Amino acid sequence: MSIQSLSWQSWVVLLLALIAMLTLPFTIDSAGFSAAQTALVLALLIGAAIGDGLRLPVVSKAVLFFLAAHIAAWLLIAGIAGQEGSGRASFFCAIAAAWLLAWRCVSLLSSVRSRSRLTGALLRILIPTIFGAWILILWEAVVRGAGVPFILLPPPAAVGQRLMNSLPVLGADVRQTILKSVLIGYAIGCGAGFVTAILADRVAFLRKGLLPIGNMVSALPIIGVAPIMVMWFGFDWPSKAAVVVVMTFFPMLVNTVAGLAAASHMERDLMRTYASGYWQTLWKLRLPAAAPFIFNALKINSTLALIGAIVAEFFGTPVVGMGFRISTEVGRMNIDMVWAEIAVAAVAGSVFYGVIALIERATTFWHPSIRGG
Amino acid sequence: MNSVTEKIVPVGTLLIGIVIGWYVLAVFMNAPFQRDMDRRANVAPGTIEFLQSTLSQAKPIVPAPHQVAQNVFENTFLRKVTSNRSLVYHAAVTLSSTLLGFTFGTILGVLIAVGIVHVAALDRSLMPWIIASQTIPILAIAPMIIVVLAAINITGLLPKALISTYLSFFPVAVGMVKGLRSPDLMLLDLMHTYNASPSQVFWKLRVPASVPFLFASMKVAIAASLVGAIVGELPTGAVAGIGAKLLSASYFSNTIDMWAALVAGSIVAMLLVGLVGLASNIVEHAMGARPT
Repeated sequence: MSIQSLSWQSWVVLLLALIAMLTLPFTIDSAGFSAAQTALVLALLIGAAIGDGLRLPVVSKAVLFFLAAHIAAWLLIAGIAGQEGSGRASFFCAIAAAWLLAWRCVSLLSSVRSRSRLTGALLRILIPTIFGAWILILWEAVVRGAGVPFILLPPPAAVGQRLMNSLPVLGADVRQTILKSVLIGYAIGCGAGFVTAILADRVAFLRKGLLPIGNMVSALPIIGVAPIMVMWFGFDWPSKAAVVVVMTFFPMLVNTVAGLAAASHMERDLMRTYASGYWQTLWKLRLPAAAPFIFNALKINSTLALIGAIVAEFFGTPVVGMGFRISTEVGRMNIDMVWAEIAVAAVAGSVFYGVIALIERATTFWHPSIRGG
Repeated sequence: MNSVTEKIVPVGTLLIGIVIGWYVLAVFMNAPFQRDMDRRANVAPGTIEFLQSTLSQAKPIVPAPHQVAQNVFENTFLRKVTSNRSLVYHAAVTLSSTLLGFTFGTILGVLIAVGIVHVAALDRSLMPWIIASQTIPILAIAPMIIVVLAAINITGLLPKALISTYLSFFPVAVGMVKGLRSPDLMLLDLMHTYNASPSQVFWKLRVPASVPFLFASMKVAIAASLVGAIVGELPTGAVAGIGAKLLSASYFSNTIDMWAALVAGSIVAMLLVGLVGLASNIVEHAMGARPT
């Protein structure tokens, strides 16, 4: 085996490990870490950094870094648990070194050019996952090591536990906010926007008037209509759905009108030579051509709908719902519950977006933007 | 000239239609309450009197356009700027945190974009999370950010600005990544034949090419910042700002104030977007773009 020069990450890891060694122990009263654990962490860090100099295949190197970084991080977090706030400089140096190893692992993985599609897809998932996992690891380690008060920022493990313990409450909130307000409002808003766009497309006068207004309205803070809707439709979900309708209407309108203009004159002339009527042209040529625009609006609206429903709940709601839970638990300083609710909202938002993206891939498979990627 | 009238006539017609529809809605929605009041007062007004009184209630369900316009006018021009009821005062509070957050967000977005374009590991690991971060209804954590930062004695402008920052960095980052990558292979090859260094390629090719993208995303970002600032004001206990005005008006069912705050927010939004558009025109003109 031959030697090659180390990457800058490995040099910094060596430096940090050295500092960590000089400033031992990891914690103030040295109760959490036995000598063996401490030695193992440092050995993993230094060993992996030196291993960077060996001329190994990229993949096995990445695996080496992956294992070293995560075992070291796991040992560090397990050791600090139970004695929060006692981390010393040595501890933070070691965590930083483990993070740099993970970074090196990610940059090795990103340089992998694989020919098989499966590995490519796997890498596309794996690389962001490592990145996301390290945000959580650093969060956990710093919060525990520095003893950040629970009220400011609970560690992810505590949030996860809270999430597991309060599934029924979270389930009820999801049913109220997402299944009722968001989905119903989203369907009505997008549907109304779509129909209006078709209408505007038919009547040129309407289109000329509506488009500037729609463009202008999409820049306005529409979320401000939330209190008005709560006044009109009461505290329960209809008022939230109404806010969602108002928020999703204009993006859908503007995008669909733009999409309906996407089919070129050549194609329209072709349809004319086929003697197709307005509806045939619309159905067979112009709507498919507009599909990417419509899906773009559907994607934008999926986020807007969630935001609208949650913020509208800040203005008054029955005692259930995600926005209600967030605002009351903040008041009661149950920050871990708030984070659990945010995690649920994040997952719901991503799933919503993902489902629309999947439908888009399935229905507009012919479009260059999908085919090319 | 012809194109102007072609634009103004349809927009104007629609706007007039909206105002008329608004009046009809106001009469329709306020009528039951007015009828009730008349019955209690034992008066039987004529149709015109009845219509007049539906459109001039103190706390109507739907305030008429002229009521809102009058409220906006009074609170904008007739009050002292320092007064708690002045819309200018509230708009200024919201505007300051919007602009601070927008500045942070734009700087952050540009930095992230530069990092993503130049570091492959960042591109593959960070980009999916930036997109995922926007599927999260981030406004939902606004109250938490405010309350938590208040717990460690950070209050006032900064927490609200942070929410605006979070909302505005995304469009800028995505737009700038697109912009910095917009020079095609031909142009990059040309720079290569000039023996340009990477920093020269960046400053002389990528940055100028990204300017139109930057301004397009800044227009989206500044509107998002304003929304962030308004929502950020909700949990502070309704002290000052357009969001606070909305919340306190909704507590006291002061519908006219509520609509006036909404109108004020919209005017601020239009001014901000207009300013960014103006800046974009000036910069692009200075860079030699063809006027469109």
